[in-house]
Amino acid sequence: MSDMQDNGHHHDHDHAHGHRHPFQPDLEDGDYSYYQVMTEAVIELLVGKKVITAEELRSTIEVIDSKSPVFGARLIARAWVDPAFKARMLEDVISAAGELGIDAGAIPIRAVENTTAVHNVIVCTLCSCYPRSLIGLPPDWYKARAYRSRVVREPRAVLKEFGTQIPVDVEVRVHDSTADLRYMVLPARPSGTGDLDEEALADLVTRDCMIGTALPKSA
Amino acid sequence: MRRHHDMGGLDAGPVVQNEHDFAPWEKRVDAVLRLLSGPERRLITVDELRRGIEDLGPGAYDEMSYYERWIASITNNLIEKGVLNIDELGLKMADVEARWDADRAAKNETQNEGVK
Repeated sequence: MSDMQDNGHHHDHDHAHGHRHPFQPDLEDGDYSYYQVMTEAVIELLVGKKVITAEELRSTIEVIDSKSPVFGARLIARAWVDPAFKARMLEDVISAAGELGIDAGAIPIRAVENTTAVHNVIVCTLCSCYPRSLIGLPPDWYKARAYRSRVVREPRAVLKEFGTQIPVDVEVRVHDSTADLRYMVLPARPSGTGDLDEEALADLVTRDCMIGTALPKSA
Repeated sequence: MRRHHDMGGLDAGPVVQNEHDFAPWEKRVDAVLRLLSGPERRLITVDELRRGIEDLGPGAYDEMSYYERWIASITNNLIEKGVLNIDELGLKMADVEARWDADRAAKNETQNEGVK
């Protein structure tokens, strides 16, 4: 699990304590939900019918857990130090990721570049499409009604709620993702970072920078 | 006229910036969808998943949590496709529930022993 997704907010029966046997529900937390029972039943039936195996399920969860914003941040740091790479990344994110040995999956991802004139932000108004292969699983608010409804209409107000103020002379562009095309924001390199190497630059790039709700920390 | 999932541009309250670590069962739902939609099986497409979620209707869509919507849609898709049938699902759910209740009862007993 990415530590960037852990800020201690928990939601009813959705507790995760990280020490549980993978085939046990949240027994120590008391009640389990109807849909947790359904999940277990469906899995047991699918395994029983040999549609999937328990081993495949385990290894797929490992793949999900392995995805984190670290991958996206590495791409961005490389783009900041290598203009030719950046050009290739803007052309084709998946193949650029491949150059760094990062598997960005099969669904096209388009990088949208922040400049002094344009700030980009991403959303999926219809559901929750998100560049998971490069940023990990989407945070709850990305999938929730308020963000999906409002960010396309009043992005500056929404960004302000995240503590991100975009100057009025900078255009804000909102990109609505679909199942067939996801976006990621390529933030601008912060000033005062001329001395930093690629690794240190990558540390400045958080998940929210790649969603567009935050700007990279200055060094 | 728009359907309830099509919410871009509507009014809504402030963005509540809540997040949680995904529970093991949520990751299992995610993994099941990946396996069923992957190139080896192609049993459910992402579009079928979404159609199933949108068909839950406005009330359920807003009341259920994200992965609850997913497992509901996955299950309905599997029933429609004849991979699962509703009777075996009902039996298996009763079975899982009985097992979990028994596990929990046994665990509580052990804990009570411990404090004596």
